[in-house]
Amino acid sequence: MAQNFTLNVDGKSHTIAIDDPEMPLLYALRDELGLNNPRFGCGLAQCGACTVHVDGHAVRSCVTPVSSVGSQKITTLAGLGTPEKPHPIQTAWIEEQVNQCGYCISGWIMTGAELLARNPHPTEHQIREAFADLICRCGTHNAAVKAVKRASGQA
Amino acid sequence: MIINERDGLSRRAFLTAGGALVVALVAPADLAEAAERNPFGRSVVRPDKLSSYISIDPDGMVVAYYGKIDGGQGVETAIGQMVAEEIDVPWERVRVVMGDTGLTVDIGGATAGNGIRQGGMIMRQTAAEARRLLVAMAGRRFDIAPADLTVSDGVVHAVADPSRRVSYAELVSGENLDAAIAWRGLAQQLTVKVEAPLKKPSEYKIIGKPMPRRDIAGKVFGTLQQCSDLRLPEMVHARMIRPTVAGAVPVTVDEKSIAGIPGTQVVWIKNFLAVVAEKEWNAVKAAQALKVTWSESKPGFPGHDGLFDYMRRAPVVARSSDLGTVGAAAPRTIGSVEDGFKRAVTILEAEYEYPTQSHASMGPACAVADVRPDRATVWTSTQKPHDCAAGIAELLDLPPEKVRAIWMFGTGGYARDGQGDATADAALLSKHLGRPVRVMYSRNEALAWDPKGTATINRSRVGLDASDNIVAYENISKAFSMEDCNTREQHPADTLAGMALGVPLNWRPAFGIPGNGYNFENAHWGWEVIAPLMDRSSPLRSTHIRDPFGLPILFGSEGILDEVAVATRRDPIELRLPYVKRREHELFAAAAKQYGWHTRASPRNDQKDAAVAVGRGFAYRQLAGTYIALIVEVRVHRDSGLVEIPRLVCAHDCGLIVNPETIRHVVDRQLVWGTSRVMYEEVKFDQNMVTSVDWLTYPVIKMDGVPKSIEIVLINRPEEPSSGAAEMAIGPLPAAISNAVFDATGVRLRRVPFTPERVKAALAAGGSR
Repeated sequence: MAQNFTLNVDGKSHTIAIDDPEMPLLYALRDELGLNNPRFGCGLAQCGACTVHVDGHAVRSCVTPVSSVGSQKITTLAGLGTPEKPHPIQTAWIEEQVNQCGYCISGWIMTGAELLARNPHPTEHQIREAFADLICRCGTHNAAVKAVKRASGQA
Repeated sequence: MIINERDGLSRRAFLTAGGALVVALVAPADLAEAAERNPFGRSVVRPDKLSSYISIDPDGMVVAYYGKIDGGQGVETAIGQMVAEEIDVPWERVRVVMGDTGLTVDIGGATAGNGIRQGGMIMRQTAAEARRLLVAMAGRRFDIAPADLTVSDGVVHAVADPSRRVSYAELVSGENLDAAIAWRGLAQQLTVKVEAPLKKPSEYKIIGKPMPRRDIAGKVFGTLQQCSDLRLPEMVHARMIRPTVAGAVPVTVDEKSIAGIPGTQVVWIKNFLAVVAEKEWNAVKAAQALKVTWSESKPGFPGHDGLFDYMRRAPVVARSSDLGTVGAAAPRTIGSVEDGFKRAVTILEAEYEYPTQSHASMGPACAVADVRPDRATVWTSTQKPHDCAAGIAELLDLPPEKVRAIWMFGTGGYARDGQGDATADAALLSKHLGRPVRVMYSRNEALAWDPKGTATINRSRVGLDASDNIVAYENISKAFSMEDCNTREQHPADTLAGMALGVPLNWRPAFGIPGNGYNFENAHWGWEVIAPLMDRSSPLRSTHIRDPFGLPILFGSEGILDEVAVATRRDPIELRLPYVKRREHELFAAAAKQYGWHTRASPRNDQKDAAVAVGRGFAYRQLAGTYIALIVEVRVHRDSGLVEIPRLVCAHDCGLIVNPETIRHVVDRQLVWGTSRVMYEEVKFDQNMVTSVDWLTYPVIKMDGVPKSIEIVLINRPEEPSSGAAEMAIGPLPAAISNAVFDATGVRLRRVPFTPERVKAALAAGGSR
């Protein structure tokens, strides 16, 4: 039987009917709400491409059951900032011209944004630690570090 | 075939009535717009018409129709720069339409880093020709000789009287630039000839400028629609069902096993098996739940541990010297190595082993297809949309002109990864369901079933005379062919779907030789290939992986030169100098200067008791007019075998630089990617199947393994044609890193990847030379 879930995504409330409460949040965001971020990378919480913020914490939505989210605030990459009102890390990402294909970008930007919220002036070591468990198959790692430095006013 | 025509799974009537319109409405905005502006469709997109390459919109926007694609490496931006430069409009006034077979000429796919070298040249030439014709049109309008007219920002005016002016938009007033273009060659061999001369380097205003990439902001804000984001009305989600033993085919399929999952069904055609569902998550669940019995299969793979022994024993079925092949596959011979070796007083021999590798793209392959009885459209991230369309037409038995492949941004694959397979799967499913279908692979499937880069054993022999001059050099790769499936995916045999329908393996012998400018007195570079592991669809089927003629071959061909330097107590850069020309001398000097290279022989021999030994390594390559010199610094932790790479210096000469910023980024990113291949990546497999199926079993580089300081020295040569930068810098990496480890420790690594376990074992075994 379908169950109704109300999700708070990027500042808007959406009620969706779901057959399976174990369905990962990723599929609710993409398939039910039609959002294009986050992305499916592995379904195993190994890569980070599906990352969103749940109450400000970077969470891998591919292994987060939709029923576990409750009324917590979900923020996707598109909700973090917009071209008109960009988050500083998005501005820095563009200035540093970080990404190539951009498939992994939710993992890096959402993780970086969480780091900056927690620690506005991270050291290079802290930035690299924060990004330790993300995968990027274009090799943008060093550029991402530079972008976080820039976003924190260190470049 | 099992298709349950349940309610809700047959195509709704409104779609068949207005399909094309619906598709256009839901296609990415710019593509739909382009379709409207270029209303002539495929029939007039011909290589002999200027309007097939360049058009002017009524608002003066210049549209460049570029048949290749941009894998996120800045090609779109650079093409915009080249066209803007030649046609004389601001860069912002050029829009680039890429990789849509309905709107662009087939100038080949993304291949061999030729997006700028070949594709960019065509766009420059046609833009210059368009400018020439537009100026001539203005000349007729004003009765002024073209020589007395000039162009600024898309407005033609008289040099003597700027008030006599007319814009490009007014000149064409919505019409096409209907002029003939002389052309020859097909696909990636296509070149054009035009009357208009290209601008001289001294005239460049936009070429050479660090313009920002056009696709980045859309990716950063999540507004750029990628292929996996496309949703068509009535679209269903599909997941492919693959066997767990290579070669096994479905014998029975228990549909009831997924009956409890809403809106799902099975599609089973010959050996092609998939589940589809209205909701994507239900497709994922159905793929996991579906009960299938498979035929007995004993592929008898040698296993990754036994692979190199197997390859050594396997009979050679084709060699470069027997085949009059062209390009990188052709052997290269100077003088006579036999004579050279006869004169040699010292002969060095060495073998290097390079493993099977996966493209391991960030996102699993994904494609959408909408197949109608008389035509088909596919949305794909393949690097070769024109070839893909041809393959789909053959698969669906449709005339080629009835299939349109629309390329969209997708995950970076950087070669022939699984995108072509997913596109064919989607097309076949859509044909049988009569609905648009989106296929997305699982992570397991993406790693297990993408076509692989073949393992390679590279063996070298070098003969020295009494004065230590190189008088004979021989380098031979023994490997599987690189073409179990063709990188151009023009035929069903080149996709998993085609093979599942029973199309036999389209194997052909193909390999390559290392590109370099060495002019040894006697030399031979060649290859020999062995038979494929299976006669049909295999998880180990081979194809081109990024820089196919690079890493596996240069590992040995450059590694042996380091061994020669060591044996003759010479500096490895100095050793090479007598055998290369001025362009390499300048390249090597640039790298050495950036690194702070001091001339000496390897190994260092002063760190015997150090827990961490530091070393430096050098390697070089030339490919298609691009020259690369790499210097790598390593820190070898003797206890753990961990090799850190704190510095990586790359001197890069690709002729004329169109955009220094994007080149710098492309080189930086690819060196990280290449480091991953050298330090981490090996496809593991047992007798039955690939066992590297996720990011734990196919580890790739993460932040802790990334070289912290990647220093790129760009050498700009405005008088030389732009060559390419997409993949050239990575080729020398395995040799450069191995050479650096030798410099640090006196121990030579002969097998990629250089994992801590392997390095530790090599250190324990002690030095070889």
